[in-house]
Amino acid sequence: MNILEIIRFATRGLGTNKLRTALTTMGIAIGVASVIILIAVGNGSSKQIQSSIDRLGTNTITIMANRGGFGRQAASRNTSSKPLTVADAVALSDATKAPDIKQVAPVASTSATCTNGTNTSTPGTFNGTWPAWFEASNTSIAKGSYFTNDDVVQGRRVAVIGNTTATDLFGTSNPIGQEIRCGGIPFTVIGTTTVKGTTGFQDGDSLVVAPLTAVQRSLTGYNSLQSIVVEAKSAKVQDFAQTEINTIMDAQHKVKNTNNRDYRTLNQASLLATSNSNSSVFTVLLGVVAAISLLVGGIGITNIMLVTVIERTREIGIRKAIGAPKGAILSQFLIEATILSLVGGGIGVIGGYIGSHFKIIGIQPVIVPSSVLLAFGVSVLIGLFFGGYPASRAASLRPIEALRHE
Amino acid sequence: MVVAAVAADETVVDSAMSSTHKPIIEVRGAVKRYGEGDASIFALAGVDLTIYPGEYVAIMGPSGSGKSTLMNILGALDNMTSGKYFLDGIEIDSMDENALSIVRGRKIGFIFQSFNLIARTTALANVELPLAYQGIKKDERRKRALKALEVVGLSDRIDHEPTELSGGQQQRVAVARALATRPALLLADEPTGALDSKSTHDLLDLFDQINAAGRTVVVITHEDDVAARAKRVVRMRDGLIISDTLNKGRVA
Ligand SMILES: Nc1ncnc2c1ncn2[C@@H]1O[C@H](COP(=O)(O)OP(=O)(O)OP(=O)(O)O)[C@@H](O)[C@H]1O
Ligand SMILES: [Mg+2]
Repeated sequence: MNILEIIRFATRGLGTNKLRTALTTMGIAIGVASVIILIAVGNGSSKQIQSSIDRLGTNTITIMANRGGFGRQAASRNTSSKPLTVADAVALSDATKAPDIKQVAPVASTSATCTNGTNTSTPGTFNGTWPAWFEASNTSIAKGSYFTNDDVVQGRRVAVIGNTTATDLFGTSNPIGQEIRCGGIPFTVIGTTTVKGTTGFQDGDSLVVAPLTAVQRSLTGYNSLQSIVVEAKSAKVQDFAQTEINTIMDAQHKVKNTNNRDYRTLNQASLLATSNSNSSVFTVLLGVVAAISLLVGGIGITNIMLVTVIERTREIGIRKAIGAPKGAILSQFLIEATILSLVGGGIGVIGGYIGSHFKIIGIQPVIVPSSVLLAFGVSVLIGLFFGGYPASRAASLRPIEALRHE
Repeated sequence: MVVAAVAADETVVDSAMSSTHKPIIEVRGAVKRYGEGDASIFALAGVDLTIYPGEYVAIMGPSGSGKSTLMNILGALDNMTSGKYFLDGIEIDSMDENALSIVRGRKIGFIFQSFNLIARTTALANVELPLAYQGIKKDERRKRALKALEVVGLSDRIDHEPTELSGGQQQRVAVARALATRPALLLADEPTGALDSKSTHDLLDLFDQINAAGRTVVVITHEDDVAARAKRVVRMRDGLIISDTLNKGRVA
């Protein structure tokens, strides 16, 4: 009795009940595909968070004013609350007091609608800043150039715009050298930024960046800054940079109680840590859901295998009565189970790969290769075990017992 | 059940045959007990039976007398509670399942009252099956299966599945399947039980033919006209053989 023969018996066995075969295969396929897709979604979401954090720059610390609070904290707040100023930024740029700070960029933000003839666009971000901002915020130039320190000193009305803003205002034509009006003030476009994509709800390419002085003079006034972006020399010295910032800023703002500062700092590294742990919780949750669906699929296979074997106990008895050795019967059922789980698992893997091409709840799934192996392996093992176990029991019966089975 | 002390003294052993051949079947003190303790039943209460090659034996007896139980043991489909069974000189009762499956395939052709064909499988494939389990090559297997189906007169039905065949035709497929391996021993448990008189007649003709070709045939039956075709009739009651006689008309 050769193996090809047994494979033929097995395929014939599967062919005799096509509906059951199809349903089992489908159960396995769905289980496997859902494991692959769900884990890919979890992985995709953490990848997405990771890349948006990378985009922000991990060495940066953002200083913001602590203003406009209410309640106990606001009431007990230092009455000499000062806004962030360019003087703060200058103080932070002191290389002897702050040896771990690479560069500093004060940011004045506003919201203004920009026009080019009849085209209008309201950039999500409109910043007046120093050239250091580009590097500190990981923003690079696609076409044209950055503005320079000289532009800042001279207060030239030049602007670097993001891709969305450029498309809104200029369509497909080249915006470099063109003039746009923002809040009624003319700016000459000197560069466009490389595409950043969307982070959450924010379009990173809906952006206008201009020299701080020009923006302050014509749009925001000189009073206050939105924030000061500080870039540490490396991620390693970020904690030192943080301490230096606090020392300098406390002196600048005459902070008496360090628990009650009129500014706060936002550290990208801590943001990274939180969001990473958030997304790994998410991935674990999805993994659990996926595992449950695989388990349910597995119970389905088990059930069908049990029914199949029980239903065919009589057939097993007949085969034994005409001289089938136990091994041949067992192999037949094992091969049936293997074919079912291989085909089902294979379809599931293909389905998983196809499904992972589509965005799910705004997340582009990224397949984890080990999850494919895991899902496929588990489904095959379940098929083999739960197909093999009842078959082995039936094959061990004396023929007469199997034949008496109704 | 009370183990009746019915002595099997009517037993007639075919002395002419015993002197010239080794027995194909030799059963000594076969006991089959179902259940435990007080509730136990002796389906076989100590049966001795010797059958020689080329014999045609009918086993008769009332319902529940242990005929099927004996037949299943002879066919190595069931085991005994105690006793010895030699098939063609091989001790069967001490064999394990795997060795038994080879014996079943090589030496025995079993025909059931309920046919026991494999569903959704053509007549040809059903007949080929035992040959496949013996590892016989495809061409040879096909040749032998077609020959066996020709012997039972079903050459025109080889591609039909069991549900597309009449009861008589199904039983003939079962006979072809039993014959295909060329077993020394053909066992049939009420093979005509589900057949009409015409089909019964055809099947008995077939058995005559098979026996004439030198094979040993053992048939369980309730019907006297079936028993009448055999050369030897064994009667059972309450798990014992109560008579064993030569069928004068046939042997002569
Ligand atoms: N699996 C079993 N469990 C318990 N008792 C059994 C079993 N099989 C048979 N018996 C009992 O053993 C005895 C003999 O049964 P057996 O089937 O051999 O009778 P039989 O002579 O073939 O009868 P019939 O002519 O009706 O087929 C009966 O009393 C029966 O009830
Ligand atoms: Mg019976």
